[in-house]
Amino acid sequence: MSVPVDIRVETRDFDPGAELAAARRRLGGAAGAVATFIGLVRDRAAPGQPVATLHLEHYPGMTENSIRAIVDRALSRWPLLDVVVVHRVGDLAPSEQIVFVQVASAHRAAAFAACEFLMDFLKTDAVFWKREDSPDGRRWIESTGDDCRRAEAWGDGNA
Amino acid sequence: MNLRVRFFASLREAVGRPEIDLELPDGAGHGDLLAALEARLGEPAMAALRAGNVRVARNQTLTDQPFAPADGDEIAFLPPVTGG
Repeated sequence: MSVPVDIRVETRDFDPGAELAAARRRLGGAAGAVATFIGLVRDRAAPGQPVATLHLEHYPGMTENSIRAIVDRALSRWPLLDVVVVHRVGDLAPSEQIVFVQVASAHRAAAFAACEFLMDFLKTDAVFWKREDSPDGRRWIESTGDDCRRAEAWGDGNA
Repeated sequence: MNLRVRFFASLREAVGRPEIDLELPDGAGHGDLLAALEARLGEPAMAALRAGNVRVARNQTLTDQPFAPADGDEIAFLPPVTGG
């Protein structure tokens, strides 16, 4: 039986409570653990400066496939029961929700680990581009050295 | 052969447009593709596309260069990605 995997790239906001409720309905009593991660837009503007907004772009089709490839690697490593990844695109203001990862498993260890794994590779392998727009100008953001080290630490050979 | 070439994010800004359509002679190779791009886009844009951290996707799959283009291909130039 294949594991339910829901991958969405959307401009609209998401509702973590609704995502959890939907997963509980899908799972019945099979899962004992659900781990979720919610990424927020951090205000990167210098103190005293107007807030910067984050502009996100994707490549429709290829982006969803790149997320699916990351999820498939997680599925091969842990006995997961349900996976949801929602990633927003468009213009986002500080404190807005940008990414949602939800992983269900029978026991917590797999859910915790897979949730972190998915986020680490979303940072380095998922096909998105981020631009920070502020009164000082526009700047495209790249994965940090720390992002790459975190992905490489999984020893998955793809980072 | 007809190809669509797409540019994303900073490369779209460098090129000044999201995509162009190219018509190449049948049997054209990778070098012919680059030459056609250069003729259409000019040198500053080509320099951005040739940067060492730019990756190329062919029909939405990352590909090594050089590759042999085929009729109907969608070629995309991708700057470094980051999500999350």
